[in-house]
Amino acid sequence: MREPFEHVVAEHGETVWRVCRGLLPEHDAEDAWSETFLSALGAWDRFEGDRVRGWLVTIAHRKALDLLRASSRTLTPEEGVPDSPVPPRGRDLDLWAALARLPDGQRAAVVHHHIAGLPFDEVALVTGTSSVAARKAASDGVRRLRTLLVLEDA
Amino acid sequence: MTTRFTPPTDPRLLARLHERLESRAIGVHAPDVHYRTVDSPVGRLLIAATEAGVARVAFEREDEEAVLQSLADRIGPRILRSPARLDAAARWFDAYFAGAHDPFRMPLDTRLARGFRLEVLGRLQDVPYGQRVSYAALAARTSSPRAVRAVGTACATNPLPLVIPCHRVTRSDGSVGAYLGGAETKVRLLALEATGVLPS
Repeated sequence: MREPFEHVVAEHGETVWRVCRGLLPEHDAEDAWSETFLSALGAWDRFEGDRVRGWLVTIAHRKALDLLRASSRTLTPEEGVPDSPVPPRGRDLDLWAALARLPDGQRAAVVHHHIAGLPFDEVALVTGTSSVAARKAASDGVRRLRTLLVLEDA
Repeated sequence: MTTRFTPPTDPRLLARLHERLESRAIGVHAPDVHYRTVDSPVGRLLIAATEAGVARVAFEREDEEAVLQSLADRIGPRILRSPARLDAAARWFDAYFAGAHDPFRMPLDTRLARGFRLEVLGRLQDVPYGQRVSYAALAARTSSPRAVRAVGTACATNPLPLVIPCHRVTRSDGSVGAYLGGAETKVRLLALEATGVLPS
């Protein structure tokens, strides 16, 4: 007995939005969100298992890569990426802008673990790395975010 | 961490994203079922349709989640709320409650009824607006003229109440009989069809 797909949208729509927005600029994120749920809708009657969120995040991650590829940007390896300029002290950089300054691997790990709430073994499945590497990337990413974000009580 | 880092999402943004999904879920991407609700004088109605037509109308007193789950089990789980896709159907109900006799012919999908029940739905569609027919008289028009109780069951399980007018079937003794939307709703619908005005 499979629940109506509308429940999936209601329950996970916001999470998928955060994933898309965490990986993409706003306009592309809107495309990625609808592409993700359109794909998921088409496959919902064949979906196996109970990790719906992980499944949706996997689709969203692929859609984000597709959109980046289509606009001839690529998710680049972390090494070789020059340090992003740190904004002037006191300037409130919002989360999405700060995430965009992370190397792609850290960005994906932070988004999938800290924003989507996936455990590291699922993050690893989504990004094609090991659980250990995903944990390290998320940890490095968060450390870097702290320097980028002006967090109250930080 | 999550709550601290993640700004709240504007509900209007999520609504806009959902509308975009609805508008793209057509053709090969069409869901098994799309649905919406409409506020009517007899309460909130759920309208669900397949690509073939409206397949289910449910009264508020039927639990909405239970109805959707039943549609998922019987038609398919790829169910999407798509109000705009069902604007025409919503207008049918508006017109009906405003007193229109046969607002317009709406495509229907009767796959939720089979066998004798489906046959009864066909006979029900021949009962003109404003007329009443007894369960026995309706049975007499079917291939099983003595199956009065089965006719009652077919009416009670009509997946398309209001559109397929099971409310026009009443007891031989003159009482209105049971109705999925409640006996008092049946009385009001019969009054609407008799006088052109729905009593409150």
